[in-house]
Amino acid sequence: MMAGEALKLRFDRIQSVAIIAAVGGLVGSAIAGLVWPSAFFPAYLVGFLFWVGISLGCISLLLLHNLTGGQWGRLIRRPLEAGALTIVPMAILFVPIGFGLKTLYPWADSAIVAADRALQHKAPYLNPVAFLLRSGISFVLWITLAYLLNLAASIRDRKGGQAPGWLYSMSGPALAIVFFTGSFVAMDWGMSLEPDWYSTIYGVMVIVGWALLTFAMMIFTISLLARSEPVASAATPGRLQDLGNLMLAFVMLWAYMAFSQFLIIWSGNLTEEIPWYLRRLRGGWEYVAFALVLFHFFVPFFALLFRDLKRNSQVIIWVATAVIVMHLVDLAWLVLPARGEALGTGPRIPWGALLLVLVTTAGIGGVSIWCFLWGLKRRPLVLEEHPAHRGGSAHV
Amino acid sequence: MTERVGPKNYCLLAEFATTEEILHAAKSAYAHGFRRMEAYSPMPVEGLAESIGFERNRIPLVVFIGGVVGGSLGYLLQWYSAVVNYPLNIGGRPYHSWPSFIPITFETTVLMAAFAAVFGMLAMNGLPRPNQPIFGVERFALASQSRFFLSIKADDPLFDPNTTYQFLEGLNPYEINRVES
Repeated sequence: MMAGEALKLRFDRIQSVAIIAAVGGLVGSAIAGLVWPSAFFPAYLVGFLFWVGISLGCISLLLLHNLTGGQWGRLIRRPLEAGALTIVPMAILFVPIGFGLKTLYPWADSAIVAADRALQHKAPYLNPVAFLLRSGISFVLWITLAYLLNLAASIRDRKGGQAPGWLYSMSGPALAIVFFTGSFVAMDWGMSLEPDWYSTIYGVMVIVGWALLTFAMMIFTISLLARSEPVASAATPGRLQDLGNLMLAFVMLWAYMAFSQFLIIWSGNLTEEIPWYLRRLRGGWEYVAFALVLFHFFVPFFALLFRDLKRNSQVIIWVATAVIVMHLVDLAWLVLPARGEALGTGPRIPWGALLLVLVTTAGIGGVSIWCFLWGLKRRPLVLEEHPAHRGGSAHV
Repeated sequence: MTERVGPKNYCLLAEFATTEEILHAAKSAYAHGFRRMEAYSPMPVEGLAESIGFERNRIPLVVFIGGVVGGSLGYLLQWYSAVVNYPLNIGGRPYHSWPSFIPITFETTVLMAAFAAVFGMLAMNGLPRPNQPIFGVERFALASQSRFFLSIKADDPLFDPNTTYQFLEGLNPYEINRVES
């Protein structure tokens, strides 16, 4: 089933809006970058981490579904394949961060490093060349995987639903690669904002957050698509419930990671570790933290316990929206307090930078969504069923 | 289980060979007005449970209550021992240090939810039940291999030994058995 003409028109319209958002957001970002770099770069990093997380989440969930199989994947494989492609523009959109290393990361500022013995010892790992090299290698690997996953999808479509064997044999190692590179870049891009601080769970916490964000984004997409055919008849209550259950699992996993880090650092209460939380629990940030506990965990958790809610796409879309919004808040909470002094706001919430987050997120998001819809239009929206699998797909 | 009928009739058991037949039979029986029915199948059959009128059970609610009770009791236990009964100064932290109470609270939540699930399930479905009259039908063993069975219980208001038998005959079963208790 190809997407109908009406649906294509709708995609085209959203794409035009995405172009406007991309141009407006990126031009606004560029101006902010020139006028107010100390606020622009952290804000841009937040927007970048949000959208690159979705690209990586799409690649990871595709690989995961290749390994596990399951009905939940049938509904979201197309969006996932299109979402995996967005890693290509994200690689280009990484470039501005390369120009802002000195503003963002204390370890990139030679004057700060000269005065800090710990940073001197970390310099062999935390230096601009190594940082850019690690990011570059990661992007090359991710783009390769996104290409292979879409190549396999093309082959599968040509062969009437039979995916090539190498797709399954590469998925295990590839998932490990994405996990490792994801952990490395999470520590580079996010954790090294405060290079004196370290937490071994940080990488996994960020990755799980990205997976949760991607799941919410997929449920959001599917719920919108389910308002018309062909997705309407494919989005059966049973499949939606599977997706809702998986999102519930990721909500719990994210809370587990985030709370574990907090519990360990809170229990230790060490001078090297605790400032990270002090910066994030003062000057207004404590309300943000409280909102995260409430709306990033408790509300979606209790909402997703209800079966009827999960089985109705037009209800679960609200839970997905809440998770998406709260994850942007979470990333802002992770990044912005680190730069409070540079922003001149000290421990208080930097409202200006927070406003800029909306601009950068819109700009990067415009590009990402345009690319996503371009990928989504290339193929039928619903997977053709392979005859051999048809018997086992009974599921309501 | 209390059987409100006499010692004679327990149910009528019809055997079918395919999923389509059992589905059709179950739907017809439900449409005819029978409610005290049970369908037996060696594997999950899509829509079979719904066709005999099963919608949902209260297990999720029982599990939820079990979890809430377990979590509250677990937290309360820690609060009582750390704040009221035996306060200890640990690293100068407040007695009521909630972050360190969370892991145990989580554990007791899961424990009580699991207990509620298992025992609630046993309480609601009447298991374990080593024997029941339907085992007297020799071919019923096939319900876990290759055959599908539909039983209409004698305590169904519409049940009548003869007309119900005729009704089942109309569904083209492989065999019908009268099960007596």
